[in-house]
Amino acid sequence: MNYSYYPGCTLKTKAQDLDFYGRESAAALGITLEELPEWQCCGAVYPIARDEIATKLSAIRALMAARDNGTPLVTLCSACHHVLTRVNGDMQRNADIRMKANNYLKPAVPYAGETRVIHYLQLLRDEIGFDNLKQAVKKPLKGRKIGAYYGCLLLRPSKEMQFDDPENPHIIEDFIKALGAEPVVYAMRNECCGGYVTLKSEAQAKENVDLIIKNARAHGAEELITACPLCMYNLRAHQDGSMPVRYITELLYEALGLREGGAADET
Amino acid sequence: MQRLGVFVCWCGSNIAATVDVDRVVAEAKVQPGVVFAQDYQYMCSEAGQNIIKDAIKQYGLNGIVVCSCSPRMHEATFRKAAEAAGLNPYMVEIANIREHCSWIHKDKEAGTEKACVLMRAAVAKVLLNTPLKAGESKVVKRALVIGGGIAGIQTALDIADAGFPVDIVEKNATIGGRMAQLDKTFPTLDCSSCILTPKMVEAKTNENIRLITYAEVEEVSGFVGSFKAKIRKKARFVKEDVCTGCGVCMSKCPSKKGLNEFNMGLNNRPAIYIPFAQAIPNVAVIDKTQCIKLNTGKCGLCEKVCTAGAIDYTQQDEFIEEEYGAIVMATGFRPIDASKFDEYSYSTCKDVVTSLELERIMNAAGPTGGVLLRPSDGKHPHSIVFVQCVGSRDVSGRGKPYCSKICCMYTAKHAMLIRDKYPDVEVHVFYIDVRTPGKNFDEFYRRAAEQYDVDYIKGQVGKVWEEDGHLVVRGVDLIANEQIVLNTDMVVLATAIEPDPTARKVANMLTASIDTNDFITEAHPKLRPVESPTAGIFLSGVCQGPKDIPETVSQAGAAASKVIGLLSKNKLTTNPCVAHSDELLCNGCSCCEKVCPYGAISYDTHLINDHGVKETRRVALVNEALCQGCGACTVVCPSGAMDLKGFSNKQIMAEVEAICL
Amino acid sequence: MKLDEKEIAGIIKEISGSDVKKCMKCGKCSATCPAYGEMKFHPHQFVTMVARGKIDELLKDETVTRCLSCFACVERCPRGVEPANVVAAVRVLAEREQGGSNFVPDEVPALIIADKEIPQQALVSAFRRYRK
Repeated sequence: MNYSYYPGCTLKTKAQDLDFYGRESAAALGITLEELPEWQCCGAVYPIARDEIATKLSAIRALMAARDNGTPLVTLCSACHHVLTRVNGDMQRNADIRMKANNYLKPAVPYAGETRVIHYLQLLRDEIGFDNLKQAVKKPLKGRKIGAYYGCLLLRPSKEMQFDDPENPHIIEDFIKALGAEPVVYAMRNECCGGYVTLKSEAQAKENVDLIIKNARAHGAEELITACPLCMYNLRAHQDGSMPVRYITELLYEALGLREGGAADET
Repeated sequence: MQRLGVFVCWCGSNIAATVDVDRVVAEAKVQPGVVFAQDYQYMCSEAGQNIIKDAIKQYGLNGIVVCSCSPRMHEATFRKAAEAAGLNPYMVEIANIREHCSWIHKDKEAGTEKACVLMRAAVAKVLLNTPLKAGESKVVKRALVIGGGIAGIQTALDIADAGFPVDIVEKNATIGGRMAQLDKTFPTLDCSSCILTPKMVEAKTNENIRLITYAEVEEVSGFVGSFKAKIRKKARFVKEDVCTGCGVCMSKCPSKKGLNEFNMGLNNRPAIYIPFAQAIPNVAVIDKTQCIKLNTGKCGLCEKVCTAGAIDYTQQDEFIEEEYGAIVMATGFRPIDASKFDEYSYSTCKDVVTSLELERIMNAAGPTGGVLLRPSDGKHPHSIVFVQCVGSRDVSGRGKPYCSKICCMYTAKHAMLIRDKYPDVEVHVFYIDVRTPGKNFDEFYRRAAEQYDVDYIKGQVGKVWEEDGHLVVRGVDLIANEQIVLNTDMVVLATAIEPDPTARKVANMLTASIDTNDFITEAHPKLRPVESPTAGIFLSGVCQGPKDIPETVSQAGAAASKVIGLLSKNKLTTNPCVAHSDELLCNGCSCCEKVCPYGAISYDTHLINDHGVKETRRVALVNEALCQGCGACTVVCPSGAMDLKGFSNKQIMAEVEAICL
Repeated sequence: MKLDEKEIAGIIKEISGSDVKKCMKCGKCSATCPAYGEMKFHPHQFVTMVARGKIDELLKDETVTRCLSCFACVERCPRGVEPANVVAAVRVLAEREQGGSNFVPDEVPALIIADKEIPQQALVSAFRRYRK
């Protein structure tokens, strides 16, 4: 199975783990992630104001490239997934944005949101299947109590993201189960980590992180996983280090037995 | 020679403000066949009707057009007036210049133009009208009530008291409905069971009432006065007339893990069970999905312990077919699924409950014996937070756009009862608005706040989470303009109510119209609130819209009185606007028979004299008693043999031509 | 050219795509807002003030940047009002004013030096959300 892959800037720099483990695991599962040849930064935040067109163009370029490639577009970073999905939705549903963007980009074939954007987790669930994933697990993560941290960007606004039940999601829990570990369900897993406001006010971000980690711990979580580099940063930076936080792909890599299976580990 | 009259109504300013009635009158006067035209402020009033009657007599009118409101409103009124003046009532046509014209236009010029067009079309049609005579049909003097909650019970009791037999069809194993689940009732705080169970017993013992429980209506055919229903009585696997309700089977049944529906799933029940102690009929039923014997062939314990010999594992569904003159829908409601609002953690925290669940917890016959205990650990709570409007007034797609009407009052009731019985429990209520219109309702709510010290907080709750054995509630106090975080032991969600999911199916079967929320539509929201637009179908209780017990009982009585009025008649006049087939044109293709929703068309083979040629042909015949005049047959008929009296193809074409003129 | 408050409110409604009149003043947006304590005006106030055309005070408020765009209010609003979009529209209008931003790109290098772990995503967001 072939997919276009959009890593995004953070996965090329601070979140190389997320990217590396993701690619290696996908390859081990027989999935080819073909990185788009000339991708640009998606913009990191979805431009809410309807009259913002220019800030959506780089996302549209990536979406178009995947369309021309004839494959769905796989993302890993929550923020990229959020931006690409919503901009794609705009191109499908908002005639004004579609017209202006096409007028500016002048593609050979106008773009109207034809690309299917899927998150890596959806790839595992819908294309591979968690049951099959379970079969592929060589080193089940037995006995580990893992809390899924979803954050905001994958889930909301649910009408546009269509990712999971926005208030009681379970895709990462199902993923954790498939890897042989025990998912810990806690209510704050879909509350905000503080996002980029951490640049303005560390205290504000810390307040959010405190609530999340306290709640996860109260339910017995011994570690957390996330798909978002910014969530990862906040969750790590604003605690004392007693709650380990990992990327979803690292957990997958481990469960697939790739760490000791001879695959080159990241240096 | 046609002599037509045209009467243009102002409807006060409803029509006259948007339509120049003088111009409509002037244009009417020059239409072919029109010998008289006049406008009047209220044509439906006595004076207005007299104008029509006088004109018919004075000018010898043989057809009239009334330009006014929808025919659904006053067609019958004007037909009656015409008949009183000696004109055949089917020589009256209505041009709807209100709903179809003045109400939807702002521009008087355009409105007037359209009113003229509608008038012309009606004149063109009435020119081709022929006098019709209504037939008669029988009235079966038996009523069917679908649903055995308080609405259905009250309706049935009132009909039975008037001397007519009634069948109550209830889908559950017992009658009683939602009211049977309630603890106390607002605003008087009398015990729900104490006022309901005597009525249930009355329904059981009244000789005019037949209870058909654990049953569903499968098919309905026919029409007002003469419906035919097929009722599926589901297999109980217990002989209803033999079971004594002793309950020994329940205690011996080894399959005990069924969710107790009556207790809203808060505890378990065995596979063989009586829903609750006061159930009517007091007869056990086996849940066939849960019963070991029925699924594996082994066990059979209940049969062994039943001294009455009531158990019958071979029982099959039975069908009852019966004729009814009238049908009452009393299908009731259910609370919406609170897990659609999981920011309140209903799916993941046991101590977050719905109001109906709390009702069971507070009920002496409930899972905790009426002691207020937290579902998670059975401990006494010290603080409770109520959240109102969970899914009501919600247009986001998750909830319901309407106000569920009963929640403000039952929340006040719960809050008050808890504070009364457990003064140590702190009670907070988050509300958007407190809506308490009703006799002694606002006083009741204020008593909760003032005398029982219930903390009413204007605002909403945004998130509930569980931590270290308690719940944390994040909400807003809009009066103080602050976000508040409360630690509490239980959260109670006042979930919106919605029509029972069977309502849609039943309504479709009865061709009763439903609104976008699946509530059954009334014939008129103010003037005919307990009738469906489909003749012979009546509405009782929440199936028509959210309402509390006093309102439900009033409406149930009103529906019963309408049914009694209908069943008191010996004959009904039928609509003469029915289909008929021209046997000289009919080629016997059966197209009409296939589309007829009422089974009104049959075929007959007989000798036909076609302009001197005699031959035997198979031709369509319409049963005028069954035909409802829908016209589907006229549309599919390839030879043009089928036509509708009062709405003939020629008449319709004449209308179209008049519009396109 | 200076627009009056009502005109600016019109632009905010336009670019936010939010129908502020649908608000029934339940306060659920503010009940759910994780940045409530950081913001001078709360989500429900944004909606009401924009509906009334009282914009000047909102535009002057620097704490508007504390909105996390977590969309919890959008998700949970029973009326589909999308308060976060209203907040974003107010912020965008403030940014579009010359000197309207309270965060400038020049500050960024210091942030990177202070904490090497800050992900690109946050920095790009900063550029995107706080302009000269």
